[in-house]
Amino acid sequence: MITEGSLFFFSIALFCIGVFGVLVRRNLLFILISIEIMLNAVAVLFVAASSIHNNSDGQIMYLLILTLAASEVAVGLGLVIQMYRRSKTLDVDQLSSMKG
Amino acid sequence: MMTIMAIPTTQILFYIAASVALLSALLTVTRYNAVHALLYLVITMLAISLIFFLLGASFAAALQIIVYAGAIIVLFIFVTMMLHQGDVTIKQESQLFRPGRSIGAGILSLILFFETMFLLSPLYDLSQAGVSTAVSQVSVISTKTIGVNVIGAKEIGLTLFGPYLLLVEIAALLLLTALIGAFHLGRRHQEVTI
Repeated sequence: MITEGSLFFFSIALFCIGVFGVLVRRNLLFILISIEIMLNAVAVLFVAASSIHNNSDGQIMYLLILTLAASEVAVGLGLVIQMYRRSKTLDVDQLSSMKG
Repeated sequence: MMTIMAIPTTQILFYIAASVALLSALLTVTRYNAVHALLYLVITMLAISLIFFLLGASFAAALQIIVYAGAIIVLFIFVTMMLHQGDVTIKQESQLFRPGRSIGAGILSLILFFETMFLLSPLYDLSQAGVSTAVSQVSVISTKTIGVNVIGAKEIGLTLFGPYLLLVEIAALLLLTALIGAFHLGRRHQEVTI
């Protein structure tokens, strides 16, 4: 049987891998991918809670996370394409024109 | 009926799926080639879907494959194919991301990991932090097993369109906003250099 502790461990580890990705990558596309990993870590925790408490509320929250992820990816990738059109690179450090 | 053999099998399957998910997630964030990273991301999604299935959330497992592996990854792959220029992009990326320079970020995320594990461990006393004892403490070393309570699509549908009806409307509004936003962002504007 799956223990609660191992699920918490898995979820936290996955979330920290996502945080590591956001911190370490400078490519906008990879930052979006890392955010997806973090969202998945939280989704695992919600579904696990739904299973632990034996009610479906956690899975409703999972559905909402799924909706959020889809909208976030649509807008984020729109921004990626727009950024590539304007500066021909995806390096986020190049976005410094608003620097004071 | 659950046989005696079925009990360790679930556990072993969970550990394999969790290891695969963590390993491929780590590979995802360290690849130079965006297509390789996305393929590893698909493996992560499929492993997480297997974990959902083992938890008895078969509807969530199906949605994970259909929406994440099927729709979101395809969007990523389309954009990557539009922007990818072969070796030039990979060479550029290998200058943007150097594993040697990521040690600091690695240490920071490890600190975050151990801190969260400490908060969930019995070493940390919740009542000390002013949290009322009515809140039951969750623990990472909890060996309480999760029974396979199969929550099917029917039960989720009844909850979703019953007490959570407002949430469906909000989700619809969110998707509409994202559609308009993505349409607006994707348009070709006059060239503005930054």
